[in-house]
Amino acid sequence: MAQQQEQAPERIQNSKIIGVATPRIDGPQKTTGTAMYTSDHHFPGLVYAWPTTATVSSGTVQKIDASFAEKMPGVLAVYTHENLGRLYRVPPGPMLTLMIDETRPPLEDTTIRYYGQYVAVAVAETMEQARAAAEAVKVTYTKSAHNTADQLLTASRELTTNESPKTDENASGVKEVTKRGDTANALASTHTTHDAVYSTPTETHNPIELHASLAVYKDGRFTLYETSQAVVNHRDVLAAMLGVPPDKVQVITRFLGSGFGGKLWPWPHSALASACSRNLGRPVKLVVSRSMMFESVGHRPAIDQRIQLAATPEGKFTAIQHDYVNHTSIQDDYDEGCGEATGILYSCPNLLVTAGMARRNVGTPTSMRGPGAVPGLYALESAVDELAIKLKIDPVQFRLMNEPQVDETNGKPFSSRHLKECLTTGAEKFGWEKRNAAVGSMKNASGQTLGWGMAACSWGAMKTDAEATVELRADGTARVATGAQDIGGGTYTVIAQMVSHETGVPVEKVEVVLGDSSLPPGPISGGSWATASLTPAVLEAARSATQAILLAATKSDGSPFKGKKQDDLEFVNNSVHLKGQAGPTLSTSDVLKLAKAQSVNATGKSRGLFGDPHAKYSFHSYGAQFVEVTWEPEIARLRVSRVVTVIDGGRMLNPRTAQNQIEGAVVMGVGMAMLEATEYDQRTGQPINNNLADYIVAVAADCPHIDVTFLDYPDFNLNPLGARGVGEIGLAGVAAAITNAVYHATGVRVRRLPVRIEDLLAAPEHTRAIA
Amino acid sequence: MQPFELITVSSIPDAVKAQAASSTAQQGAPVRFIAGGTNLVDYMKINVETPRQLIDINGLPLAGIESTPDGGLKIGALARNSDVAHHELVKERYPVLSQALLSGASTQLRNMATTAGNLLQKTRCVYYRDTAYGCNKRQPGSGCSAIGGHNRMLALLGTSDKCIASNPSDQNVALMALDATIHVTGIKGDRAVPIDKFFLLPGQTPERETVLEPGDLITHVTLPPVPSGAKSLYLKLRDRASYEFALASAAIVLKQSGGRVESVQVALGGIGAVPWRSHEAERALTGKVVSAVNFRAAAEAALHGARPQSQNGFKVELAKRCLAHALAQAAAQA
Repeated sequence: MAQQQEQAPERIQNSKIIGVATPRIDGPQKTTGTAMYTSDHHFPGLVYAWPTTATVSSGTVQKIDASFAEKMPGVLAVYTHENLGRLYRVPPGPMLTLMIDETRPPLEDTTIRYYGQYVAVAVAETMEQARAAAEAVKVTYTKSAHNTADQLLTASRELTTNESPKTDENASGVKEVTKRGDTANALASTHTTHDAVYSTPTETHNPIELHASLAVYKDGRFTLYETSQAVVNHRDVLAAMLGVPPDKVQVITRFLGSGFGGKLWPWPHSALASACSRNLGRPVKLVVSRSMMFESVGHRPAIDQRIQLAATPEGKFTAIQHDYVNHTSIQDDYDEGCGEATGILYSCPNLLVTAGMARRNVGTPTSMRGPGAVPGLYALESAVDELAIKLKIDPVQFRLMNEPQVDETNGKPFSSRHLKECLTTGAEKFGWEKRNAAVGSMKNASGQTLGWGMAACSWGAMKTDAEATVELRADGTARVATGAQDIGGGTYTVIAQMVSHETGVPVEKVEVVLGDSSLPPGPISGGSWATASLTPAVLEAARSATQAILLAATKSDGSPFKGKKQDDLEFVNNSVHLKGQAGPTLSTSDVLKLAKAQSVNATGKSRGLFGDPHAKYSFHSYGAQFVEVTWEPEIARLRVSRVVTVIDGGRMLNPRTAQNQIEGAVVMGVGMAMLEATEYDQRTGQPINNNLADYIVAVAADCPHIDVTFLDYPDFNLNPLGARGVGEIGLAGVAAAITNAVYHATGVRVRRLPVRIEDLLAAPEHTRAIA
Repeated sequence: MQPFELITVSSIPDAVKAQAASSTAQQGAPVRFIAGGTNLVDYMKINVETPRQLIDINGLPLAGIESTPDGGLKIGALARNSDVAHHELVKERYPVLSQALLSGASTQLRNMATTAGNLLQKTRCVYYRDTAYGCNKRQPGSGCSAIGGHNRMLALLGTSDKCIASNPSDQNVALMALDATIHVTGIKGDRAVPIDKFFLLPGQTPERETVLEPGDLITHVTLPPVPSGAKSLYLKLRDRASYEFALASAAIVLKQSGGRVESVQVALGGIGAVPWRSHEAERALTGKVVSAVNFRAAAEAALHGARPQSQNGFKVELAKRCLAHALAQAAAQA
């Protein structure tokens, strides 16, 4: 297919720093406990807030009696809707600004819309005192009927919504996301079709670091230590909620104990902590408890997806229809976007994706790693496997046969697409040619049954606006600063590599400053966008800083280059010399000493592509997931034993942290496929398994052997280093590859995640070994 | 967590005397012993247990593990789970106990948790742990929220209309199969309680889980020797590969001769209101030919009286497969 790639400058091609496996520069701080996570901060006069949460999921607060709680030891105040003080709603902003999922400010009214909604907050001298007081606040409710049911599609497979989402244009609450050709007609006129519903449960992000806010209000200014994947947005949202100009709010997130998307946009506890500090004039720390993490800081919603496929007997797609409904909260619209990959993954003349929402008494959902594409690909890639089986075509071959030449959703060329190579490389590394397609037919040396499954995946690539400053100093060090943050994936290290690459300052001498909204605005740590977005801005800032050194070299007394034209000079390896000549060289330190300056400082800015309809290319990352499961039918034990992942994610700036991202994502995929589900007690609407003992995630013993391969195709159309970012792609497709392998091993097709022992006990007799 | 007083005792009589001041030794006891604290402290943090006083017994000389004259074993109440699991005599004579202990919790927890503490381990029922819900075990008379609720992990055997909680311990399943004796000292002196008399079925009083009375201190557990030539093992089935409670587990002590089962002791975990000794399975198997068919028949007998709830019906079949497979494995070792 057409790969229209511009050539990269030779220096970038042959860098000794970019593309080299580099240990995390923040590793020592994290392993020695000196990295300051949000809740580690402490200030004189600090007090603690603990929320009182609703114990009904629909109704009205009748009465709040805080009289006892207020008199408890150490208690400074108990705030309710009557005395918290004003918090404003956030006005709609242009794309990617003023982002907030739960739009209602905490304690705004007395209506309860979900279990765990904040109804009061106690502030006390110690956390234990605050918690005791919060639990002693007596709240009486008028209950009304609630709905937390996970059935989102009716038995007739029609989309249903119990309340039309506000943003939808038609009355059915269903909107068309992408459409081409005549899907209905093609489905009716082709004889090999597949039609099934795939369901995924509510998933809770559960990063180990709890959400937290530490608000310091002083002299009309708010300094907010937050667990934020987007400090600049967080500042703007909190300024709007608090009714102050953005320059009165500073948001700081030095380190994140991950977030998985749950920490992208501000949640009610943040406004609550700020309001308490504003009222009391003391720093207030509010750490969201693990059980509250299941209620009021977002989740991946429950989703039902109906997939209808049609293909010719030879295996060419003739129709794809993907209808999904995700639950959302009573108050807010959240669209999971499950069709993210559907329109571009395969060539198909007739395609329709529709989206719907169903209102439930739950907190507002939010992005979770690979939002849309991850659950969407579970459904699509399961269905493709099922159709391949009906067609008696190998699932790898079936996918290879349907490779599109262009992005058929908009006719644009793909900037860099190597899905076919992902599939063929993965098949080779996995040993796919040895696969016997018959269910339950393959055994390992111990006599256990093996199941082999695979799936393709993709994830949109994007860059957003970004700004950074780079300082070159007389002591030979550099400093780079941007209002981005490191979610834990290695942004600190990659930025240091970029500066080192451009200036010649060694990585260990580059100071990286992140996680402060007062710095030049950087990208969010989400969407796998941070690396791609920061690259042009950091490179430009670094290049401008080197130009400033060249200028100083031509102007400073005692410089051998005094009086030369700046254009005649070249900056290489942190030194100045005449272009193309051996002659004298002058280090940055020497130049700055002659100039009697301490440092030079320069800014770089880059424009993003987000929402740009004139973008020339269709930008995506691609991958293939190959999975082996081991099945012991006599005890219904199934484990994921081996995963081969091949990723086409552009240039890996740091293969070490990139590989770590993919491995972590695969383990998360094991959790998604086999373990994770937030269970609501339907009688109360409470997430009932609201702790890490009952909401089980994969542990070390569940980790399969993981083999990660990166195809090295830089995407220079996206940015000068050809990098796309790999935070999400590694999770995409894993669940489908696992359930496809589960079917191959057991004969059980699981269309409702997670795969449970309950499902596997139903494996047909012929797939069970004789004990 | 409620404020509490922590006192330390340096002798067994002092410990007995201090706890005898409690109104009960069961759920809600105002005075409690604390050793490893891996279970009790969790429940204190979420106000499920609210003792006013804790008696630290870690200083008492009850951590020993030694052989008994009859060839059995004496395990001190304060012996840590890790120390028991890795003890040479335990590994040699009672692999089922070592395996059961190592299949539970995590290394860190096993390093703290004690033999007696594990005997008294509380259920993992989510409603027991959430004070917003009724729970007859936590608050007698407040109802059982697990019936008709989230009960996938809960019990099939020994339940009542007041409580369907399961006993989560792995150790206790092995001790049950091994015919352990629990040695208790109290205000009326010492007594030895066979393990199958130690745990109480929930019946109408699920808040009463054991025969312990105020002042009772478990001092040690003794194990009789297993029959010469018997093989023992523990098999645990669960959702994830580690650090997870059993959906079903089986502890087996099996002796065969001439292709027949000479003697067998069977206990099941994850499916009983108490650690579940299955004399039904033993009767079904004793004297029978060693065969997959007979193992399956024993498993059918063990689960004969199972009363599934709304979410845990699958555990009937799972427990059967678990037991049949464990018996087959034990037989294959001979």
